[in-house]
Order: sequence, then structure tokens, then C-alpha cells
Amino acid sequence: MLTNAVRNVPVNNLIEVRNLVKHFEVSSGLFSRNKKVIKAVDGVDFDIKAGETLGLVGQSGCGKTTTARSLCLLDPKTSGTVKFFNPDSQKMDSIDELDDDGIRVFRRNMQMIFQDPYESLNPRWTIKDIIKEPLDIHNIGALNDREEAVVEILRTVGLTPPENYLSRYPHEISGGQRQRVSIARTLIMKPKFVICDEPTSMLDVSIRISIMDLMLNLAKDLDVSYLYITHDLAVARYMCNRIAVMFNGKIVEIADTEDLLQNPIHPYTKRLISSIPIPDPSYKRERYQINYDELDKIISKNPDKKMIDIGNEHFVATHDTKEYFIES
Amino acid sequence: MSNILEVKNLTMHYETIDGDVDAVKNVSFNVKAGESFGIVGESGCGKTSVAMSLLQLQAENGKISNGSILFDGLELVGMSENDLRKVRWDGISIVFQGAMNAWNPVVKIGEQIREAMREHSPESSKSQNTLKINELFTMVGLDSSVADRFPHELSGGMKQRAIIALALSCDPKLVIADEPTTALDVVIQDQILNEIKKVQELLGLSLIYISHDIAVIAEMTDKIAVMYAGSIVEIGPTEQVFKFPKHSYTRSLLDSTPSIRGEKKKLRSLEGEPPSLINKIDGCSFSPRCPTPTNGCKNQSIEMGLVKVGNDHYADKCCSECTSE
Repeated sequence: MLTNAVRNVPVNNLIEVRNLVKHFEVSSGLFSRNKKVIKAVDGVDFDIKAGETLGLVGQSGCGKTTTARSLCLLDPKTSGTVKFFNPDSQKMDSIDELDDDGIRVFRRNMQMIFQDPYESLNPRWTIKDIIKEPLDIHNIGALNDREEAVVEILRTVGLTPPENYLSRYPHEISGGQRQRVSIARTLIMKPKFVICDEPTSMLDVSIRISIMDLMLNLAKDLDVSYLYITHDLAVARYMCNRIAVMFNGKIVEIADTEDLLQNPIHPYTKRLISSIPIPDPSYKRERYQINYDELDKIISKNPDKKMIDIGNEHFVATHDTKEYFIES
Repeated sequence: MSNILEVKNLTMHYETIDGDVDAVKNVSFNVKAGESFGIVGESGCGKTSVAMSLLQLQAENGKISNGSILFDGLELVGMSENDLRKVRWDGISIVFQGAMNAWNPVVKIGEQIREAMREHSPESSKSQNTLKINELFTMVGLDSSVADRFPHELSGGMKQRAIIALALSCDPKLVIADEPTTALDVVIQDQILNEIKKVQELLGLSLIYISHDIAVIAEMTDKIAVMYAGSIVEIGPTEQVFKFPKHSYTRSLLDSTPSIRGEKKKLRSLEGEPPSLINKIDGCSFSPRCPTPTNGCKNQSIEMGLVKVGNDHYADKCCSECTSE
């Protein structure tokens, strides 16, 4: 029985990403003319439906955060298209064709929660100023209303009574409370889409669940979709409707959460799943070993990536079809 | 099997301007030869303070006020600094949290390991030491060429493997690993855990494994101690404690850990924060956060201490007698 708060998924897309590419040029020395290209994100496709949470999982350096940053215009992408559902015009707009007003609408609807609640809040500002800043920047509401909105959102994220927090500074509150402030700052804009970059990985186990529950409940109440970035599949299972697995800048498998965990096809997904420790001492976990160099070679030998649907919108990258589909 | 380490009634406090912080309160446990012993708990529960006091490496304001630490028949509490030097690394070595960032950036990895070996066994020759380093590197899954590299040339996982090799370089009987994989991602963590397990079996080492991650502790240890607010609240064989958790805090930790196996279940969060250890706590230290407190727990005069609840399994008196479920 599923007793969690993950919601039933409606139909229309909120975000459509096609062939997203982000390359970084690095020079090998101070005076060197040899430029090397790092393919941090190398042709990524995915959709996020309204009201759904998509998990983006993979190891450090696989391109999860770079994908998120290019997606929300923090870093310019190298190529590819990103479309988002514009609530004003009620249709999908490409982020490349936005004028200044369009970008403002886009930014208001797309927010980000960062990993480190110690570094992402200005230490010299009070909680009130931190949460109010986005309203000031986007000039939303009358000045008096803004403070009321701050009080309201503090209540929503469970920092009660709000009066106790308004004039405090980030160093005066705990890590879990700080992450609640980050969430409040994000949600005060009433965004439709929030990118969460490992928002609970710095928190203690006992606090982690309360933050994850808060985010799930808020998603339901405020109708927000998340792109949830994490390297921990156990956390992704708790939070996400669907999971996309990333390896070396490419998505290798994307499927419904339980489907992906029960029936992984791609060898990298299998490796990732088999590396998660199980909180049950009587269970002996089998490690699925892969040869990364070999896998990398196979993938780069077949650069025109094709994702195959093996049923139920379970997509797998095909590099060498014969090799990977025997087991399924 | 005989005990390699016997800790009895260890009590340690930090002297601060605001008053004494009782970081470790009356902690007792034994580690058998070849056994893997886990300590689990939230940040600030005293896990690392226990590890540090075992080798008397606690900060200068940390004072051991009571208790004894018997290692291989030697009493470590009150031992002179000179004698302690012989126990450190030769008898007990430690892998600190974030130790991979403690490599000296301008000295090659191999040279830094040789330095420890020279200090502790001056009689062995350079070529002997090099041979040993190669052997250790193979054991932890590193290429022998890593010895000639500088720390910045290695990835986080490689640096952490080299740290484990360093911890093994003087043939210790007991290795303390304090959150050795916390800064690493899951796949690298998995490889390091596998390596530690293999080495432990191969060399017959005793291991004290400290972590806040219940899942890692489940896989790595034979016996665990759950710590809360400076005290051990439950201790016993790992399988036993996971199957029949007696203390309310242990249950809360288990209930708040997500898993990818089994049915997806609703997790329960543990509200509140651990108490400040500056203030003396009356009654059960966990009662303010306990999901099922009874009037008895808040009673200031309640007697604390571990009582037997199963075979080699002990839990705090308060919870083991608790009738609410």
C-alpha cells in the first residue's frame, strides 16, 4: 500500500527539455592554446508534467547540477531547447525567445532551493529581509502586504510563531530551520516549478524527513512541481513520481520510480541501485559491478542516442541493443 | 573471543566559558578481537568525542573525569604522552571524518605514509616500507603509482582509500573509522565500505565504525551502540537491535530512514532537537522528543542506566520498562 504523499499525476507538461547541451571549454595551461571541451551535459531530453516530481540521480560530476543551472538560465546552455508552460499566455514558450518581461515571468515561476542552508542565506540579513527580497525584486504587492506575506509563508513552512523568527539572523537558527527559510523564500513567489539541488543532504537524519514531508505537502497544497536532484536513490524514492538516471552528461534511463527500482535495465542504473546500503542487517546485498571505461566507450561509440520505450513510459538509452535487452 | 578494548564508565566533559559540557556520560562497551562495533546517533550526540577520548586526542578543554579504557590489557586513561604515542597508530589507528582533506598538499602520498612508518618502526628499511605500501595499496584498491603522486592529483575516493592505507600502515589491532564516507557519493561510498570490510576480514582487525547513517551501520557492524545526548541508550548485536529495538530513540532513527527495498512506507520524522549538554538533564534525556512519553519519563528522579532486555542486548531503563508502544 502506498501511504506516502506523492500525488497522482495530471497530464499537461510544465517543462519540456530537448537535446540540452552544455559544454565547458577548459585550457590546459595558462598560456596554452589547446582548448579542451568538457561535455558536462550532452544531449538531455525530459518532460516534467504539472504537479509531478522528477528525480535526477547520478554520481557527483555526472551533470545533474549543470542541467538544472542551464535549465533555469543561471548558466547559458550551449544548445538545445527548453520550453516552459507560461501561465499568462497558457502555452509552451521557448526560453530562447523570451523578451525581458517574459524572462521575468519565467524567473518568477521557476525557483531553486540549494544544497547548503549555511551558505545560501545572507548572514547579515534578518529572516524577514531574506524571505521578502524576491517580492522586492519582482515588485509584487504593496509594501505593507509584503510583510504580511512573509508572516504567512513562515507559518506555511512550519516556523511558528512567525514573530519569533522575523528579526532573527540565519546563525541564530538550526540547520533544519534554515532550510525551511530557504523553502519559504522560494515559495513566496508562488512558483509553479522548483528545482531542488540536494536540499536535505546536509541535514541530520531525523530532520531530513520533516523537510522532505514539508516539501511533499507543499507541492500538493500549492500545486508545485519539483525537479529533485540527489545522489541518494532512497531519498528519490520517497520524493519522486519518476526518476531519471544520469551518467556522464546523458540520461541513460527514465521511468516511474517503483518501476525503475524493481526493473532496472541499464547497467549503470543497476550499479547505482546496488550501491545503496539497506537498513536491514539480515539482508545481504549483492553488488552489481560494471566497467566504467568499457561503458563509456560503448556510449561514445554510439553518439546518436536513442531512448527506447520498453512499456509504461520506461525509457532506456540504447548503445548496443543486443547487449542490454537480453535480461529484460 | 577475548576483548581487545574494554571501556568502563567513561565520562568526559569540555570546559567552556558558559560552563561544562558533558559530552560523554558513563559510557561502557567492549570490542572483541575481529569484531566490528558501530556507534550511531545524531550530530552532537558524543560519537566523535568517544572516539577521540579513546586515543586521548580530544581538544585541550576536554577532560576525562571518570572511567577506564583498557586496550589489550593497557590502561589508557592517565597514561603518559610518551606511552600513548606507542599505542596510537601501532595499536589503535583512526580514520577521521574528512581525513582525506588532511593530506599535506606539497608532499607525495607515499612519503607521508613512509613518515608514519619511520616514526613507529625505525628499524625497517625504506625498501621494506615501499613494499608494504604497495601491498596496502593493492588491498584498498589503489594502483602502486599513487604513492608517487601529490594529493591534488587524486579524486576524493582515492584520497580516502589512501587514508585507509595510512591507517593500516603500522599494523594496528583496532581501527576507528569516524564517518569515513560522509563526503563521498553513493557509488564511491559503496566501494570504500566494501574495501574496509575486505581488509578487516583479511587482517582480522577490530573496527569501531561511527556514523549517523543507520543503513551503513546495518551493513558494516556486528554490534551497535545507539548514543543520545552523551549516553549510550541502547547496545546489542546489530541484528537484534534492528529487529527488536527497545529504546524509543532507536525506533525513531529506524522509522526515519528511507530504504529502496521493501514496501514504500511512510517515514516518521523526529521532531525537536537534541538537548544542550551544558544544562543538567533531569529524568530521561529523550523524553522531550519521545513520540510516546509517559508521566514516568518526565519524572525528575527517575533512575537512568542500562538494563538487560535480551541476549547481550541492553537498553535504557526508562524505555525498557515503558508500557506504551
